[in-house]
Amino acid sequence: MLKHLSEYRNAELVKDLSEKIKSVSTGNWRIMEICGGQTHAIMKYNLEEFLPDNIKLLHGPGCPVCVTPASKIDLAIYASRQKDVILISYGDMLRVPGSSTDLLSVKADGCDIRTIYSPLEVISIAENNPDKTIIFFAIGFETTASPNAHLISLLDKKGIKNIFILSSMFRVPPAIEFLLSDPENKINGFLAAGHVCTVMGYEEYIPISKKFKVPIVITGFEPADILSGILETILQLEKSKYEVVNRYKRVVKQTGNISSKKVIEEVFDITDMEWRGIGIIPRSGFDLKGKYKIYSFFNLFKETESELKPDKSRTICIAGEIMQGKKTPLECKAFGNLCTPESPLGAPMVSSEGTCSAYLRYKKLN
Amino acid sequence: MCLAIPGKIISIEENSNPKMAKVSFGGAIKNICVDWVPEAKVGDYVLVHVGFALNIIDEKEAEETLKLIRDIDNTEEIC
Amino acid sequence: MTNNSKSFSCPTPINQYDKILLAHGGGGTLMHNLIESLFKKYFDNDILKQGNDSAIIDYDKNTSRYAFTTDSYVVHPIFFPGGNIGALAVYGTINDLSVSGAKPEFISVSFIIEEGFPISDLEEIVISIKNAADNTGVKIVTGDTKVIESSYKLQDNQNKLNNINANIYINTSGIGIVYEDMRISPLNCKPGDAIILSGSIAEHGIAVISAREKIEFETEIKSDVNPVNRIVEEIEKSGYGRYIKVMRDPTRGGLTSTLNEIAKAGKIGIKIYEDKIPILPEILGACELFGFDPMYVANEGKLIAVVAGNYADKILKVIKSLPEGNKAEIIGEITDTNIQKVVMRTVLGNNRVLDMISGEQLPRIC
Repeated sequence: MLKHLSEYRNAELVKDLSEKIKSVSTGNWRIMEICGGQTHAIMKYNLEEFLPDNIKLLHGPGCPVCVTPASKIDLAIYASRQKDVILISYGDMLRVPGSSTDLLSVKADGCDIRTIYSPLEVISIAENNPDKTIIFFAIGFETTASPNAHLISLLDKKGIKNIFILSSMFRVPPAIEFLLSDPENKINGFLAAGHVCTVMGYEEYIPISKKFKVPIVITGFEPADILSGILETILQLEKSKYEVVNRYKRVVKQTGNISSKKVIEEVFDITDMEWRGIGIIPRSGFDLKGKYKIYSFFNLFKETESELKPDKSRTICIAGEIMQGKKTPLECKAFGNLCTPESPLGAPMVSSEGTCSAYLRYKKLN
Repeated sequence: MCLAIPGKIISIEENSNPKMAKVSFGGAIKNICVDWVPEAKVGDYVLVHVGFALNIIDEKEAEETLKLIRDIDNTEEIC
Repeated sequence: MTNNSKSFSCPTPINQYDKILLAHGGGGTLMHNLIESLFKKYFDNDILKQGNDSAIIDYDKNTSRYAFTTDSYVVHPIFFPGGNIGALAVYGTINDLSVSGAKPEFISVSFIIEEGFPISDLEEIVISIKNAADNTGVKIVTGDTKVIESSYKLQDNQNKLNNINANIYINTSGIGIVYEDMRISPLNCKPGDAIILSGSIAEHGIAVISAREKIEFETEIKSDVNPVNRIVEEIEKSGYGRYIKVMRDPTRGGLTSTLNEIAKAGKIGIKIYEDKIPILPEILGACELFGFDPMYVANEGKLIAVVAGNYADKILKVIKSLPEGNKAEIIGEITDTNIQKVVMRTVLGNNRVLDMISGEQLPRIC
């Protein structure tokens, strides 16, 4: 019904791909995707049902709200409690717990917290509220970093001054390198996030694939796309090949989108970032650069910069291990009993892209 | 990440800044920024994420992909 | 690069909410938990235990049974594409009576209006209420008006849309006379019964959230707010009333919540088929754009009927003979497997459990 979408949700195509995967795979392969959208699709369509038992799918830290440090969420909460502040966020972030509460609860307390679909909406909110301070909680991976960057460059062009950016934006390739350099990792191949690559291209993955000898396959999001990416990964693994291959050619080009990369480079520097549940990954994030630093959240709330410290508290939540693909939610003692979407222990249960929530929501039949 | 959906360009506001186009998603039409796809024209399908067109969908590649999958039994080579 | 991961885990959990959240009104698990753990703790009698959309009151065997229901309407924005709070308030109550097997006869209308509400808008709402009542042949026989101080936390998008600086809330209660041969209860459902859906889904929710979040569509996405009483009347007139086991109007929480309610109350399993569920292409497009699952999006003018399997085709024909039922479909059946669960066969041919979700869906980026 929707062109370029519905065709890839076709039962015949999926059946054919499934049969092909079953016929070519002999080894025990563990394939990781590092994209909340792909986790979502795999769970929603129960795609693992179409795979043979010797193929295991691992779900990496591909959910930007799950990997945003709790202390950053705490800062957003702190800011929204200040007088005359409007906090703007993408919907995904609202239910993710900080250290003690979440933005949705704070909104119920009466704070002015608004969700948007597109960062361009931030401009009209700012223009309609010139006497308020607008905080934009700019989250995402590279796909969203680029529209966020575009917004920030527009703010500069339009001379809008009452907006401040609390940024929590991540880069995928350093995370892949990080996961692969863990000696305990059992990842045989990667599905690279197709929409990140639409923006950034996939040149960055080539040296990673060579260094760690893992196939990396650029993969889309619909059932046939995902199975196609898995098939390509298995075909390589069966032949001990490790290459970067594009299985999402209808939108991804090797060099990505030049204009959108350009705006990222203009607005953001690459920085070290803390990933919630994992730790600091060098050069794995974006932050404002040059003239755009005037929009930094910390210009407004200088006193809070020291609040950004790594989470050290220990609970029974094993979110870190889940996001690194070391464990599945089913191996968590709290899954589905102490930890549910209504009372989550960690971010992957709250965010709809989180592995735990996806496992629970798209429950398999017994 | 990330949720991005194909939509068809219905019209383009050439003189807008940022450059905007009306894009249809099955009939739901939304204003989308097309600054990053300057070569896009009316009738093209674009991939849209948070109100931005990320790339034009290559119709030829789309056909090839479907053909490749439909012909999957004959696929042995790795591209 | 070495991996220095210490596997920091997620911080303190958020368990019980001590304040009411918006999600408590969302039709999902939070709302159901509130009802079960608070209201049902104190409100308890045989009539309440029926658990239908209206209470069926059977005074004595010589007179008709009455159906009695109440509902409050707090929709924002007050005016949305396809309708307004007035029409919604009347049709919602009429529908609750209708799906309980009753002919709606009388309603009450009570207003709680914040100081500052424009009288012209109030008049427009009142006219909608009158039109809705006339359209369905019900009499408005009593009412109430209260005015309170404005506590409106104005969001500029609602302001722009409606130019209103104050809220209005409407409660309607309704009485109907239950059709002689209609005995509606989830406990009547038996394996082999068919499930009929009267039309396409997700329109109301998408229309309202688009208007509320000021997500503009250039083609109007309209709510499906509409009465279903004529559908029930036609079924009754055709002599098939006795073959109706249970009916519901799937409102908040979408089709999924309603089916889960039936499955849990009826202690039976439900199997539905994704490819049978009607949805308009523009609604599907909007759902895809925001990342909404249409199965969880609110409706306001639709009906689900569980009917005796051997009369399903005949009843379907009756429903389809009306304009408001012309997209009706048999979407599934009652089963004796997966008791108290709703299972959907996806377009890919595999099965997925449809659970209740915990709160409202929010537009997501990921």
